[in-house]
Amino acid sequence: MENQRKSTNQETIDLKIGLAEMLKGGVIMDVVNPEQAKIAEDAGAVAVMALERVPSDIRAQGGVARMSCPDMIAEIMKAVSIPVMAKCRIGHFVEAQILEALGVDYIDESEVLSPADEAYHILKSEFKVPFVCGATNLGEALRRIGEGAALIRTKGEAGTGNIVEGVQHLRQIQQDIRKILHLDPSELMTEAKNLGAPYELLLQIKKTGKLPVPNFAAGGVATPADAALMMQLGAESVFVGSGIFKSESPALYAKSIVKAVAQYKDPKEILEASKKLSSPMRGMDVSKIAAESRFADRGW
Amino acid sequence: MFQRLQRSLDLQTEVGKKISIHIGVLSLQGCIQPHEPHLKALGATFVEVKTKEDLNQIDGLILPGGESTSILKLIDLFSLETDLMKTFNQVPTWGICAGAILMARKVASPKQKSFKILNITVQRNSYGRQSDSFNTEIDGYCVSFIRAPKINWVGPEIHVLARYNQEPVWVSYGHWMASTFHPELNSNTPSPMHRQFFESVVKHAQSKIGPKKLR
Repeated sequence: MENQRKSTNQETIDLKIGLAEMLKGGVIMDVVNPEQAKIAEDAGAVAVMALERVPSDIRAQGGVARMSCPDMIAEIMKAVSIPVMAKCRIGHFVEAQILEALGVDYIDESEVLSPADEAYHILKSEFKVPFVCGATNLGEALRRIGEGAALIRTKGEAGTGNIVEGVQHLRQIQQDIRKILHLDPSELMTEAKNLGAPYELLLQIKKTGKLPVPNFAAGGVATPADAALMMQLGAESVFVGSGIFKSESPALYAKSIVKAVAQYKDPKEILEASKKLSSPMRGMDVSKIAAESRFADRGW
Repeated sequence: MFQRLQRSLDLQTEVGKKISIHIGVLSLQGCIQPHEPHLKALGATFVEVKTKEDLNQIDGLILPGGESTSILKLIDLFSLETDLMKTFNQVPTWGICAGAILMARKVASPKQKSFKILNITVQRNSYGRQSDSFNTEIDGYCVSFIRAPKINWVGPEIHVLARYNQEPVWVSYGHWMASTFHPELNSNTPSPMHRQFFESVVKHAQSKIGPKKLR
């Protein structure tokens, strides 16, 4: 018994997932310059996502959206003491290499940018820096985890201020997990085939009852109520993109969303967080977005 | 000798069950749930602490890892500062990483508010960024340093429980304890650090209740 304990003592901890654990119960905010990054940090953000344009501007301006200028990201890294994340294009492993060399704390292989590869994602296990990836269902989440992602987020339609897609993705992943828990072990291989997911990861879910990495909400969060909704639905932290700096009073919005996420189970606290807020970002109807402009359909 | 030590630990666990030790984890933000299996393995009850009322229900408090700036902001937003200070004085408290930063007398890079209950100075993110995070063994047990701070000065009264590269990483004073690393991420439960903290919580609870009531 004692010997057995000794040998398992040597097991190593996954440092990539470890950082995601530290970010739980928090808000990660999109920022485009050091001033915004300071506002986010002062409001209690657990991390910032450094990018050149927030998703709603990317959507409005069109064109190819690429990794942000490294100088801008470096300035943000200098401005704040919290972790700094940055986005690279799907499949663009050289952008990821640049971000790793720059020293960012997390890379988001993101559908918000124009994909660089229409068939393959980055082999994230080859990097020391951890990756977060979007997923709309369990199969997609497990393919990304199989490639080495240490954190999964929903792919709510970014830049719309509309929570409907994020809710759907979160519910879908949970339904898919519940299904696995009900399946007979002999049925798991076929389920792996149907989901297009690694069999070993299905076995792991069957054993632990949950995704092998943390699952955060992203896309369409515009109000404290949206953020608390995603938390009550089972998200473990919330990314807020355009919702903060496209609102009328970013500092107040940032603080209110942080508050709502920390006490997401308490309606009285969410009410407090929702009071005295000016207009949120305007938002748009996701069903009116042309199929080719929908970010959530990018990635495979 | 070893057997006797083992038996005395078992006895304490047994005691822990009898007086039902409740250990709270400040649950505003950060690495909370991973403490549950460690505390459970010791026979303690894991309590998520979010409000002033929760603080009255516990025999020991863990200030977990997370982002110290964010946790400080939330303590302020929910006006928990005075009640937390009261709790620190009443029950054993263990600060981990961000929690250790909260307990330190002085915080550098950047300067930051703290509760100043441990006479140590702490430098934030002192090993570097995430790419410099690492695992190592402390007391033969694998732990993680994740964007960890360094304790770069300790007062003469501070007890250094472990060092890494000659620098203190695990310290205690009275019923307070701080570590700059994370033992809770190791799935082999309980960690020696949780055990040590649990023992100090049991001792503290015993001294308050008196030995007679335990039997």
